[in-house]
Amino acid sequence: MSDTPSATAELILPKDLAAGKGMVNVQIDDIWHQFPKGTRMIEACRQAEITVPHYCYHPKLSSPGNCRMCLVQMGMPPRPAPGQEPQRDENGYEIIGWMPRPVIACANTVGENMGIRTTGDLVEKCREGVMEFLLINHPLDCPICDQAGECRLQEQSVQHGRGVSRFVDMKVKKPKNVDIGPRIRLDDERCIMCSRCIRFMDEVASDPVLGFTQRGTHTTLTVHPGRLLDSNYSLNTADICPVGALTSNDFRFQMRVWFLKETPSIDVNCGTGTNITLWARGNKLHRITPRLNDEVNSAWMPDSHRLNFHYIDSAARLTEPLSRSVGVSPTSFSPTPWPTAIAQSAAKIQSIPAAQTAIIASGRMTNEELFLTHTLAAEIGTRLLSLVPRSGEADKLLVAADRNPNTTGAKLILGSENPYSGLAFIRDGVRDGSIKSLIVLGEDIITDAGFTADDLGKLDFLLQTSVLANPTAEHAHLVLPSAAFAEKRGSMVNLSGRLQRLNRAVELPGQAHDDWEILRDLILAISGGKNEVHHIEDVFKALAENVPAFNGLTLSKIGHQGTQIADTGYQIPLLANERARKAAGLING
Amino acid sequence: MAVVKLQRPKLNFGEKIYFGALIKGFFLTMSHAVKSLRGKSVGAETLASSGLGVTMQFPEQRWDSHLPEYYRGAPALVTDEQGRERCVSCQLCEFICPPKAIKIKPSEIPSDDPWAKVEKRPLEFDIDMIRCIYCGMCEEVCPEQAIYLRKDYLITGLKRADMVHDKKRLYEIGGVRVGLVNKWNELK
Ligand code: SF4
Ligand code: SF4
Ligand code: SF4
Ligand code: FES
Repeated sequence: MSDTPSATAELILPKDLAAGKGMVNVQIDDIWHQFPKGTRMIEACRQAEITVPHYCYHPKLSSPGNCRMCLVQMGMPPRPAPGQEPQRDENGYEIIGWMPRPVIACANTVGENMGIRTTGDLVEKCREGVMEFLLINHPLDCPICDQAGECRLQEQSVQHGRGVSRFVDMKVKKPKNVDIGPRIRLDDERCIMCSRCIRFMDEVASDPVLGFTQRGTHTTLTVHPGRLLDSNYSLNTADICPVGALTSNDFRFQMRVWFLKETPSIDVNCGTGTNITLWARGNKLHRITPRLNDEVNSAWMPDSHRLNFHYIDSAARLTEPLSRSVGVSPTSFSPTPWPTAIAQSAAKIQSIPAAQTAIIASGRMTNEELFLTHTLAAEIGTRLLSLVPRSGEADKLLVAADRNPNTTGAKLILGSENPYSGLAFIRDGVRDGSIKSLIVLGEDIITDAGFTADDLGKLDFLLQTSVLANPTAEHAHLVLPSAAFAEKRGSMVNLSGRLQRLNRAVELPGQAHDDWEILRDLILAISGGKNEVHHIEDVFKALAENVPAFNGLTLSKIGHQGTQIADTGYQIPLLANERARKAAGLING
Repeated sequence: MAVVKLQRPKLNFGEKIYFGALIKGFFLTMSHAVKSLRGKSVGAETLASSGLGVTMQFPEQRWDSHLPEYYRGAPALVTDEQGRERCVSCQLCEFICPPKAIKIKPSEIPSDDPWAKVEKRPLEFDIDMIRCIYCGMCEEVCPEQAIYLRKDYLITGLKRADMVHDKKRLYEIGGVRVGLVNKWNELK
């Protein structure tokens, strides 16, 4: 923008200034902005901090423009007559000629000297009209609808709805409570035919099972005959459905969303480190949804990971330290106070030579916990420290073959290219009796690491920390209850080298302790030192001082979107797909 | 801000020593005392006096038949004319309740139930009457017209647990309400 209006003629025009940067000038609600060429109008408005109401548009999906909610008024400079110079205002912008007809903001791109009005009579009338049509056949299910409270239709009704229906005919009846897949319930009367779910299944999940049948007011969303909406990504359709037409079976009628508190965290079911939001009321976790992170999971997450949280408040949860009663058969455990449990463990560990002691830790531990485990091993004086590998099939989208969430962190902190390599050696050692004392942190080594009950019977001392009761704990001399992923703070590094944070959404049950506290207490009990670690921040500080990759970082500096700390060359397949679609201009975001 | 100056009223000597007012008040009180002894207190009849003044001798005498139309007692759940429980466990009352007296556990209506089309109803519905302040917000917010403040006011118990009305108790107190908006009719 030029400050000297009189000199415009000689000055470079705004359009040339913008063109030099590959941008265009756009006036939104009377204010001029610059946007890159090819930006959708709706995205331009969003960048100008103006929300255009919309239903079918989703930045990660193509824009079919079928809901018409995003109608705005658009204007361009009129074409000058031959030989006539275009009229310009004092700043060098051409005078905008407003069109009498609105356009949709989601599928049109911005152009040079374009004007957009997101308010005004025309736009307001359009929105009211669209809302009235959308609500004609709406079943008014809000009291029983899980979407209530986060429903776009409700939100726009407050803004642009009429309050009273003018519709005198009978509403069209459509199928309700339809079972279209193992995890999703469909209510066709609530569907507003935005087609987001259809596009998601087609474009992102590559499993196009959803589609519309019938026409007009009878249009019905349905699943392909003979098929089910059973993709491992099906629950994302419930997230993006702007209304309550698609809802999650798992969350169905569990809790109204307005009671839930959101905690940003990360998923711990595989090496991708999907960003998630934990939704809890009081001390109960009710659901998990993906959180936007363009460097990790875009806006999506797999169902298998999303639903893996119910164990947190299951009956198998350990809530107090247990010590095995000696010489009693069958084995029985009795609750022990924490100080006794820690003191007993330390005494036992010290009574057995370090060379006969091994530690099996977990790739599900946070960086802080791994760092303290490393310190514990050094304190005991053993070099036998290994993690338990965990792998599954990768799915070409988000699920990684490495099902441990913190393998990269373990490599960095333990300083080993393969933190799983020592496991077989430890197993053999236990079998041939050269290892007498075993500390198992957060793993069930009978189920996951090839140990047998007989192997564990040979040990003089087995200490286990665990979230749930498990077969290994049955053979332990001391079992210490620890924290599940939703109950702890800490950080992890995903497969592509991104450092991300976990946050606490619910409190620990009973007397369970945070893993880092258990490790700290053990270290102190063995070393007899004075406690200088009071917060998880202190642990991270020590970690940042000792491990080069973490230098200069603090937990709060990591941020909700994470920080890249290593370049592993690992590509998350879903992101590659998304970037290709973006480059091809199919999507915006 | 404008300052308004107030003029103190000018008092004469008699008013200043306020002795006259004391005597006046004394006679007023005495006249009411006498009226009361003669069973002639103002409003004694409408207030169901026990004979002495306007005092009702509770608990021998009860308010029940004198409760005004607008009286708001304990909140309770109601069923409709077809015996359907109106509450769909939307939890709006739980949300609005200022002292957090209401606790609801929602559930899905099984598909073989005659009211399966309603889909949702409460599995548990507790109102803690120690907490309830009889404000009527729950009644006002309910989109299904399922919860009403009824005339019950004598809510007592020997234990805290006795003071929590569960779903069964709430329907006992609430009974049936007919002629309300019925959105779950055959057209739904
Ligand atoms: S079910 Fe939801 S997401 Fe799918 S078309 Fe209908 S409203 Fe859109
Ligand atoms: S009357 Fe008021 S305090 Fe009592 S349950 Fe209803 S909303 Fe809560
Ligand atoms: S507001 Fe009404 S329908 Fe909703 S839970 Fe309360 S009583 Fe039931
Ligand atoms: S958001 Fe533009 S038409 Fe639906």
